[in-house]
Amino acid sequence: MVGINDTSSVPGIIGRRLAPFDVHVERDLLRLFCEITGFQSAIYHDVASARQAGYPDLLVPPTYLFSLELRRPDPYGIVRELGLDVSRLLHGGQEFRYQAPCFAGDLLRFEPRIVEHYDKRGGALVFLVRETEVTRAGQSVATLRNTAIIQTGATP
Amino acid sequence: MTAVTVGEEIGPLVTGPVTRQLLALFAGASGDRNPLHIDIDYAKAAGRDDVIAHGMLSMAWLSRLVVERFGPQSLTSLQVRFLSPTPVHAVVHCRGVVTAVAEQAAGTAVQLDLWSDLDDGTTTLLGSAACLVEPARCEEKDE
Repeated sequence: MVGINDTSSVPGIIGRRLAPFDVHVERDLLRLFCEITGFQSAIYHDVASARQAGYPDLLVPPTYLFSLELRRPDPYGIVRELGLDVSRLLHGGQEFRYQAPCFAGDLLRFEPRIVEHYDKRGGALVFLVRETEVTRAGQSVATLRNTAIIQTGATP
Repeated sequence: MTAVTVGEEIGPLVTGPVTRQLLALFAGASGDRNPLHIDIDYAKAAGRDDVIAHGMLSMAWLSRLVVERFGPQSLTSLQVRFLSPTPVHAVVHCRGVVTAVAEQAAGTAVQLDLWSDLDDGTTTLLGSAACLVEPARCEEKDE
């Protein structure tokens, strides 16, 4: 079995809360994302149709919260802090848990924190797992869990 | 929409080919500006032959597969692992299979395995989802 080690070069990174930030969900950017990814239903494009379907505004499709979370300040600051190369960063996994739908016009608060940090293959791969709670007016709407894998070039 | 049963296959949702133009548009629309997906010079300097598609582009397509079957608000969770990169020019097949169905007061709880693969059979994304399907939707007829 490949060894899994705690990577302790930067103490206190697990559990660290990153700067929270607010994102306003803009209609035009949401429409563009839906157009490019093939979400063709009018509930993603036409406000009147969305309201007719019972929504307050255009519906946010399931993975768009990842895009909104990318607006975090200095998105790869922690990778650099760890002395790792951002160009060797791969997206290893992504998870969404939904509590309530989101819509254009929402003001969403994102609160990310680092929940796991370990290496595999003798340090050749560093794993960094970030969980982000998303709330609207204090109410939980979703949780994102992002696994980043950074190749270090270390030989096992 | 017909009743949901364990073993039901959904898809494939076939998308692509993944052009460089699509990757550039998705970079702008998704906010993921990582040059690994749009700049071949950067990709080569990072040790790759060419740019690769955003994993989140395929995940968006997988989510579309689910909501087109079970409803726009049906997802309660969605998770994937990115197993292999999707090269430029690839055609992506998004697929799913229902693994569990349970009737609940609020609707029908459905669990799914999800994955995407390429023409050569390579699995690119592998994951799962949970949905809560509204009762009204289960009673609708196929369109």
